[in-house]
Amino acid sequence: MNDLQKRNLRRFLKNPGSLLGSIIALIIILLALFAPLIAGDPLAQNLSERLQAPNPNHFLGTDQLGRDVFSRVLQGARISLRLGLIVVSLSLFVGSLVGLTAGILGGLWDDLLMRITDIFLAFPALILAMAISAALGPNLNNVMIAVAAVSWPSYARLLRAQVLALKHVEFVDAARSLGATQTRIALRHLLPNSVTPLMVQASFDIGSAILTAAGLSFIGFGAQPPIPEWGAMVSETRNFINEAPWASSSPAIAILLTVLAFNLLGDGIRDVLDPRSSQR
Amino acid sequence: MLAYLLRRLGYLIFVVWGVSFAAFFIAQVVPGDPIAAALGSNARDAQIEAYRIKTGLDKPVWVQYSRYLNRLVKGDLGNSLRTRRAIAADLRDFFPATLELTLAAMVFAILFGLPTGLLAALYKDTVIDVGVRSLALIGGATPIYWLAILLISIFHTKLGWLPGPGRLDAFLIPPPEVTNMMSIDTLIAKDFEAFIDSIRHLILPAIVLGAFSTALLARMVRNTMIEVLAQDYIRTARAKGISERWVIVKHALRNGALPILTVLGNLLGSLLTGAVLTETIFSWPGIGSYATSSAISLDFPAVMGVTLVAGLTYAGINLFVDILYAFFDPRISYA
Repeated sequence: MNDLQKRNLRRFLKNPGSLLGSIIALIIILLALFAPLIAGDPLAQNLSERLQAPNPNHFLGTDQLGRDVFSRVLQGARISLRLGLIVVSLSLFVGSLVGLTAGILGGLWDDLLMRITDIFLAFPALILAMAISAALGPNLNNVMIAVAAVSWPSYARLLRAQVLALKHVEFVDAARSLGATQTRIALRHLLPNSVTPLMVQASFDIGSAILTAAGLSFIGFGAQPPIPEWGAMVSETRNFINEAPWASSSPAIAILLTVLAFNLLGDGIRDVLDPRSSQR
Repeated sequence: MLAYLLRRLGYLIFVVWGVSFAAFFIAQVVPGDPIAAALGSNARDAQIEAYRIKTGLDKPVWVQYSRYLNRLVKGDLGNSLRTRRAIAADLRDFFPATLELTLAAMVFAILFGLPTGLLAALYKDTVIDVGVRSLALIGGATPIYWLAILLISIFHTKLGWLPGPGRLDAFLIPPPEVTNMMSIDTLIAKDFEAFIDSIRHLILPAIVLGAFSTALLARMVRNTMIEVLAQDYIRTARAKGISERWVIVKHALRNGALPILTVLGNLLGSLLTGAVLTETIFSWPGIGSYATSSAISLDFPAVMGVTLVAGLTYAGINLFVDILYAFFDPRISYA
């Protein structure tokens, strides 16, 4: 770690928002990683223990089938985090490919690719995702495809703008005059120097991908019961909100905390990289 | 200015065409079987064949596309496989409910987002600011369907203060349909009891739909105002001894109005097209719940219709906001 990185890390951790975000995200990631060790069987039903309030045996109570809510929420963390990471990786890959190509080739290619991006931005995201997931069949994998299909355009725009800004900077000119190929310039020079804005966007997007996917599952276009996906859990237990609010509120609060954590992280990284915004 | 308008209009047409093209081909490549969805799995071969010919599904894809485009230009979105009605007519029936809900949500967002954002900016780094920012962060991360069932549970089931899902109490006679917006139609019918009831029905879904926007708006207003309040002309105004209230109203708010207007425009567009979850939970008969039911029954012509109208609305509102910008901000020239 060089001095600049150390200073940036210090600034990042000095900001109460990003510190809080990091702590929540770290706890959620650890809980998700060690879920099989901490949690019980998320699918085990025990009808004699249905709708129990939180107690020492069932930390977050039980749902209408007597399943342990705590175990289900922890398993759900694995599902949601994995989903968020895969969706963001997919969108990052497609978006970067489109953005890099448009920025480097320019001209007609740039126009064509950017107009396609505009069209995808004009699509109503949730309706498109719903249609894709309904058509492919409602399950978790198709939800990831559907959400990635609506979230890649922002990366394409971002990376294109970066490429246009960097295209004629000295070190790129130098690489070009040394005979580097377009692909090498793109992958070795342009992409690495665009990592930071992409990171900010990706951090926000993990949260919003989790939120969108859970929304899709809630209305039945995503994970199907009894899979302990957070949105599906809220949906399954919604009719018991009056007698057992813990059953639907626990997964909902888990979504809230996860999204909040990644939004705070995104804010924090942006503030470090763009000192002007941290003055606000 | 005229050239700019024409260019933007051409661009709008292109985007709408692109959305229609993409929507058509997405519906083509998906593996779901619309015929089975329309006729049920027990349909006989002859029935299926007759249906294919009737709906043009027996023709090559490019013929289907050119027919689709031809009809589209005439404003014909085809027929829904589910409701068996013209999709354009369906959307005319469902859109006003969405518009009514969206406008109510916007009113909520402006009523709460604007003043709280302003307060946070004026009292930057105080308890008020931290409170508003925390609320905005939480509002931006809350799953709205949970907020919806929570609010229904508290204000409808437990306290009985507000009605649950639906647009009008079952015991009231719905007014004659004029605008298809319940609150307006009850006013036109001069049925004030029904009007009050329709407004009461609007409150919870409007809060739910508007929550995210309120959070976004508060954040945006705060950041814009902090930036504006740090400008030289504000310091000059203060130095001249103008009252703080006048400085804020006359100098700061005016200069902060444009970015705020843009956010409001974007919000209007995304709310009109993003009411899916809220409408589904509140049994609100808008295009969001229409899209959901259509997608469940693999009624792709209807989903395409909604997508197209939503895309057009979104692009149209963006264009409108840009034009407003050009009119109100003399610094921007569109030559």
